[in-house]
Amino acid sequence: MSTIHVDVVSATESLYSGEVLCVFAPASTGELGIYPKHTALLSILKPGEVRIETDKGIDSIYISGGIVEVQPDVVTIFSDTAIRANDLDEFKALEAKERAQDEMDNSIDTQDISAIQAALSESMAQLQMINKIRGKKC
Amino acid sequence: MAAGKEIRTQISSIKNTQKITLAMEMVAASKMKKAQDRMLESRPYCEKISNIIGHLAYAHSEFQHPYMNSFKKLQRIGIIIISSDRGLCGGLNTNLFRYILRQVVEYQSKGIKVDVCTIGKKATSFFKNFGLNVKSVLTDLGDSPHFDDLLGTIKIMLDGYDLGEIQQLSVAYNKFENTMIQIPTIMQLVPIVSIKSDNINHYWDYIYEPNAQEVLSALLVRYIEALVYQGLVENISCEQSSRMIAMKSATDNAGDMVKELELIYNKARQAAITQEISEIVSGATAV
Repeated sequence: MSTIHVDVVSATESLYSGEVLCVFAPASTGELGIYPKHTALLSILKPGEVRIETDKGIDSIYISGGIVEVQPDVVTIFSDTAIRANDLDEFKALEAKERAQDEMDNSIDTQDISAIQAALSESMAQLQMINKIRGKKC
Repeated sequence: MAAGKEIRTQISSIKNTQKITLAMEMVAASKMKKAQDRMLESRPYCEKISNIIGHLAYAHSEFQHPYMNSFKKLQRIGIIIISSDRGLCGGLNTNLFRYILRQVVEYQSKGIKVDVCTIGKKATSFFKNFGLNVKSVLTDLGDSPHFDDLLGTIKIMLDGYDLGEIQQLSVAYNKFENTMIQIPTIMQLVPIVSIKSDNINHYWDYIYEPNAQEVLSALLVRYIEALVYQGLVENISCEQSSRMIAMKSATDNAGDMVKELELIYNKARQAAITQEISEIVSGATAV
């Protein structure tokens, strides 16, 4: 019986890799069943279950959306690690922008603090010196 | 024996520093192992998605995504700069920044302006004072960064590209060659550079679901994110290994210093004893 190679990967790890009989993926337009010698296809996946049928049984992997690429003898499923929504991404982008603004407006960051501390201790020492000299004179 | 006492305190303080650097070296070594594992785990995703981008270059799609077309004239470019949050890792960040600055100066001499987006405290405080337009900042990612943390930062730069504010986007990071060698690298993200050979001429294309534009947008954004994430985890591996090496040489140097100082201390002690004896003897003969 002919088989097709399936790789399921996410950005942080490889979830599945092997020769299988067929694979089902939750495409955005409905569930896709992919058998060997399927035509080339690219599709967006929605959150759901990827079912992989091998001669040993059925494996099931949950993915939170992603992309599937089908070549006649290879299927690659990219699983998202992050939950994606347009407005959520927008919010994150705004946050990053604000951080940049803060950083530019506010000249105090950790490195500056240590520089200021050094300057402070130096002027403290100077003050002590001045006090000592004055004390002697008086 | 005033000098002797001073040297002794100096020796003990160097020994204390040596203990700290030794501990840091061991911490960095164990973190490096984990960072390298993480780097290897994220590699398959990056390789597979690069493969697809390669296939896409062959596919004769009727739809051309803007990320695939290059602009004729560059006016402003964006660079995502990845650095570490913490220092004490040798010349890792300095080398990268120097490399970037050389490139930036080259661009500016051609009249091309540069926007930057900094990841990590070191890059943030360095480029803030440099008069470049800092578009976004991301710090405190820790040793195991999450993929979602990056999304906002990348989106800002890609939005800039979509709106035509920048005509090119690159990512700068330290490429992990091995534990001893880290190479400062600038890699172009968009327009996407794909290797296209003319060997395959027959016409073929993917079936796109739901349509080419949506699929390609989703795919290309993920591709770019994967490249930046890969850069980030590589940079963390570089940081840990570079810190380990730096701390190892600091520990060795401290050992050398202690040896030298002990020699000086012993000489001073001997000299003091000799002097005392000669004083006693001369005193005795005088009597």
